Amino acid sequence: MHKHPSLKELVEAVKAFIDETAVTELSGHAAFHAKVASNVLSTVVRELELGTDAEAEERARLVQLLKSDAGTELDQLNRDLCSRIRAGDITASTSGVVDHLKSTAIAQLNIDQPRYSGAKRLR
Amino acid sequence: MPQDIESALNALASKLGESGTKIVDLKRLSGGASQETWAFQLIDTNQQASKRILRRAPHGLSDARSGNAMTLESEAKLIRAAKVAGVPAPSVLHICVPEDGLGEGFVMDFIEGETIAPKILRSEALSAARTNLAAECGRALAGIHNIDKSTLPTLETSSASDQLDRYEELYRGYDIPRPTFDLAFQMLRDEIPEPLPQVLAHGDFRLGNLMVDEAGLAGVLDWELAHLGDPREDIGWICVNSWRFGRTENRVGGFGELEALLEAYAEAGGQRFNPADIDWWEMLGSLKWGIMCMTMYDIYRTGADPSVERAAIGRRVSETEIDLIALMETRIANA
Repeated sequence: MHKHPSLKELVEAVKAFIDETAVTELSGHAAFHAKVASNVLSTVVRELELGTDAEAEERARLVQLLKSDAGTELDQLNRDLCSRIRAGDITASTSGVVDHLKSTAIAQLNIDQPRYSGAKRLR
Repeated sequence: MPQDIESALNALASKLGESGTKIVDLKRLSGGASQETWAFQLIDTNQQASKRILRRAPHGLSDARSGNAMTLESEAKLIRAAKVAGVPAPSVLHICVPEDGLGEGFVMDFIEGETIAPKILRSEALSAARTNLAAECGRALAGIHNIDKSTLPTLETSSASDQLDRYEELYRGYDIPRPTFDLAFQMLRDEIPEPLPQVLAHGDFRLGNLMVDEAGLAGVLDWELAHLGDPREDIGWICVNSWRFGRTENRVGGFGELEALLEAYAEAGGQRFNPADIDWWEMLGSLKWGIMCMTMYDIYRTGADPSVERAAIGRRVSETEIDLIALMETRIANA
């Protein structure tokens, strides 16, 4: 597999085209959607940079929290956590659960909406 | 299609103004899935212009509307009732009948002002208006909540536990695990507040649906989510961090103090609440908005609307997760 250009470079090139060329040629609703598209590509670039590490850390925390088999898939771990919360086996006072959710939400927000104000309210 | 609307409005113009009145400058303002909004001007025989708004079902067809929104006729009647109660709202001038050829809809006057939240929060010209806005919101909410229910069209009823049930069912239906939401449902269910007598709730009282001018609150808009419910629901909703648009330090809509809203609310005849009475409802609000974002993403996922906007909103769910966790931390610390 060739990496020149890399996935990140390709996405950045498309984003630059939208920002510098397409948006200036568009008006009204299409211009608005072009800006949304540009923001989406920024999210893609951030996920390319941060996603792998964030997922590995989330998975490691869940394995420890749920005492699961180390090979369990992330989606399955999250489903297990949801079921145990729903069953009442895990509550907000269960050691480590809120800290885990907080670390996960911060990592996700760093990819999705790094400028969102919510993190300011965390303890 | 704009030509059809223009000719139908021209036929209606003599009912909206004096004989000989014409309409010009018809423009589509926005097109949601559930409503079309059009602006136009009435020109009378002395060439005096006055701006009007037409709200109607998409293509005039009510069956295209989303399942949980009310009919436009009910919405028009609610706006009239609110206006009579002294709540800042547009005047409804005409409720469409089949002979109008416009489908389901109504015509109202146009209120000048600003609805774009970041402008309301940051505009120099609106800085004096911002000072009293929380109190004005309190008075407007007291006015809405005190409207005699027997004068209203039939409305959906939705209590605290109805809302938990409805949003939990939606969330489960998407089959996308977000453990923060499961924990939020668990915490909220453990502490459902004692129900209060149900009132007319606006259902979407927040920046974006409030028209503000230099004098203050000029109009409460977008009544399509109104229902009978708990008075604290509307107060909690405008406190949700998503509607503070970055001004997190101001609990009411990014512009004001909750104490100021509650004081004005009580003075205007509403029940007296403490800020802590609103905490549960703010948390419910963040959870609801998170699931609403999932709903909008689901419209993309199922192929019903392939727009990039629908896809992108799925990546705003994490904003509500951060907000829920901050509220959980506060709840745990105060427990």
